Amino acid sequence: MTKSGSIPPVPQRAGVNLLYSDVEEALRASVADLLAKRSAPADVLARVETDEPYDTALWSVLVEQLDVAALLVPEELGGVGGSAREMAVIAEELGRAVTPAPFLGSAVLATSALLACDTSSAGVAKLLRSLASGETVATLAVPLSTMAGDPFPSAVTVAGELTGTVTTVVDAASADVFVVPAVGPDGPSLYAVPAGDGVTVTPVTALDLTRRVADVTVAATGELLAGPDRAVRALAAALTAGAGILASEQLGVAQWCLDTTVRYVKERYQFGRPVGSFQALKHRLADVWLNLVTARAAARYAADCLAEDRDDVAVAVAVAQAHCSPVAVHAAEEAVQLHGGIGMTWEHPAHLFLKRAKSDEIALGTPGRHRAALAGLVDLPGPVA
Amino acid sequence: MTETLDAADLKAMVADLLATHDPATTDRLEFLRARFDAGLAWVHFPVGLGGLGAPRSLQAVVERELAAAGAPNNEPRRIGIGLGMAAPTILRFGTEEQKSRFLRPLWTGEEVWCQLFSEPGAGSDQAAAGTRAVRDGDEWVVNGQKVWTSTAHTAKWAIMLARTDPDVPKHQGLSYFVCDMTAPGVEVRPLRQITGEAEFNEVFLTDVRLPDSLRLGEVGQGWQVAQTTLMNERVAIGGGPTPRESGMVGVVAADWRARPELRTHELHDRLLRLWVAAEATRLAGARLSQQLAVGAPGPEGSAMKLSFARLSQELSGLGVEFRGEDGLRYDDWTMRRPELVDFTGRDAGYRYLRARGNSIEGGTSEILRNIIAERVLGLPTEARVDKDMPWKDMPR
Repeated sequence: MTKSGSIPPVPQRAGVNLLYSDVEEALRASVADLLAKRSAPADVLARVETDEPYDTALWSVLVEQLDVAALLVPEELGGVGGSAREMAVIAEELGRAVTPAPFLGSAVLATSALLACDTSSAGVAKLLRSLASGETVATLAVPLSTMAGDPFPSAVTVAGELTGTVTTVVDAASADVFVVPAVGPDGPSLYAVPAGDGVTVTPVTALDLTRRVADVTVAATGELLAGPDRAVRALAAALTAGAGILASEQLGVAQWCLDTTVRYVKERYQFGRPVGSFQALKHRLADVWLNLVTARAAARYAADCLAEDRDDVAVAVAVAQAHCSPVAVHAAEEAVQLHGGIGMTWEHPAHLFLKRAKSDEIALGTPGRHRAALAGLVDLPGPVA
Repeated sequence: MTETLDAADLKAMVADLLATHDPATTDRLEFLRARFDAGLAWVHFPVGLGGLGAPRSLQAVVERELAAAGAPNNEPRRIGIGLGMAAPTILRFGTEEQKSRFLRPLWTGEEVWCQLFSEPGAGSDQAAAGTRAVRDGDEWVVNGQKVWTSTAHTAKWAIMLARTDPDVPKHQGLSYFVCDMTAPGVEVRPLRQITGEAEFNEVFLTDVRLPDSLRLGEVGQGWQVAQTTLMNERVAIGGGPTPRESGMVGVVAADWRARPELRTHELHDRLLRLWVAAEATRLAGARLSQQLAVGAPGPEGSAMKLSFARLSQELSGLGVEFRGEDGLRYDDWTMRRPELVDFTGRDAGYRYLRARGNSIEGGTSEILRNIIAERVLGLPTEARVDKDMPWKDMPR
């Protein structure tokens, strides 16, 4: 921390790329194409109250044809050696379609946690290969509201076997393997615990209809992934990567809300004219667009910092979360309001986006908690005593 | 020759200029004139008019080399209207004679320019301007009132919109002139603002006689000519990448760090919200610059001014509140005519009051939202009841 009255060091800006590369745009087009064909909002809505809320067939296609699960994993571990920049583009598209799939839990959180463990250890490498190939789906067993920098979770303890209950674990019902933070006699550790005997997954009735959470009770032995020397850092790395990539998902959610609402107000006539011709509505939509311009820049910066492992990554991710969370919620709330009555119906998909946006606001740290983290990071301390 | 010009060529040309005009011993104005004549003023301008017909991006090379050699510059902030608005308009619409007469002293700063567009009755609706120009032989006789004119009291020339035909709809009856600010009948009065100072002027035009050779573009073409001027104003506002905590957020953050005893929880959260918004806006500006650099400008430019205005207003408001009892004080109400405006200068009260103008000047935030809604989002346009109405019949 710098002394009071001095300005925090300005991060080196050289090389930061806030645009989308041609490769990233091509990837976006492939994902968007697939989702438009296989998982339009109406398809997603039709699925939410069935026994299969996640589209496992779609997830297989995303993994097998577009390498979504292999993207963050280096080639020598069976992956394709992409980066958080490409992951963020995929997150945008999955957010724009509120795709019900274990992307965040498996491809982002569990994978990032494993990558921050010792990948030369056979157990870690094997699990990463299995995740990258799509053979295994995993998740990180922490409450989805957990934020990097929180105290290491102590819900699960180790005494021979792992015992405890972790609440609101994302994508738990899809997981074959849980990456479980646990505290033992030696201190904090990460374990891999396979689903099945000794693991009880109790689905929670979730606010978000398209991203499921469940309470997970463990009474089983696990395989040690990281001991006290590494577990805290690995968990923080996963939560930071998750929060940074989540900002791009929020951008995608907001983009759908804006696009759909703009289309609607052009078509909806009241008082003999399109409601989009009323200045009160035009200005509100201009503000949503304006928010998207800044949110896109903040999300891209976070993705770039994660991809390049820049010194400024903690600030970049906190800014992206503190900014993109309320932008997505605002865009979704405006979508409901500016659709009028139809926006309030179950039949219209706007509520899927509102529910996702509001849950994302809590996921991996609320905006207020990210602002509190920034206070320390950029030397803007609160009141003295 | 110009097609193959690269950075190395420009470095060599700068070296030639420096060899023949040592900045240490050459008079400032003489140096600037020599720089103009060497084509190193604005390299993307044509040969003979201060440029080389080279890519605009190469200008940075020239500026870097000259700055390193300690050469004087033309103090661009002092002549912003000339450089940013008058020059591109003259280049596009001026006659050869006008270009060679005006551009050199404009660039060197020997002749300061101002802008006579806004009127008391034509603010957001600039095309409704009512200042009349009536033809009298080879001259035009101008009568009317202009307002919000910065540097009018130091300017030699003005770019001016005037109505030459009141019987046609507003956009068709305007012509564009260069007005001699020293001509008889031009009266400049300071316009005092809510801050106490007068950074702008009112300009009263009474039977001002201008030769027809001072007209830019055709008679009745004034609105199209003005679009060039206004487009360049928006480009100028776009700016380049800035470091973190530039501008108002930096001023308020520094105050925050320096005065721990004044901090409250409520102000702390507000400050952090604004800090985040300022950082996101800064990043959006950096992203816009990167888009421009690869030749893919987006519509994000108009977003930047809206964000900037909101931030500078909220931050400067917080800045006053943060001072507590000291926020009751104001540094000085004395009427002054500052040559340069610094939104982040002076004291918290001044910054707060001056920031109110940020959402009015250069296009109000309401008009900018209309522009975004219509041109970016494609929403229906506002009703234009005066579109086909003769100007003289418009309700006013």
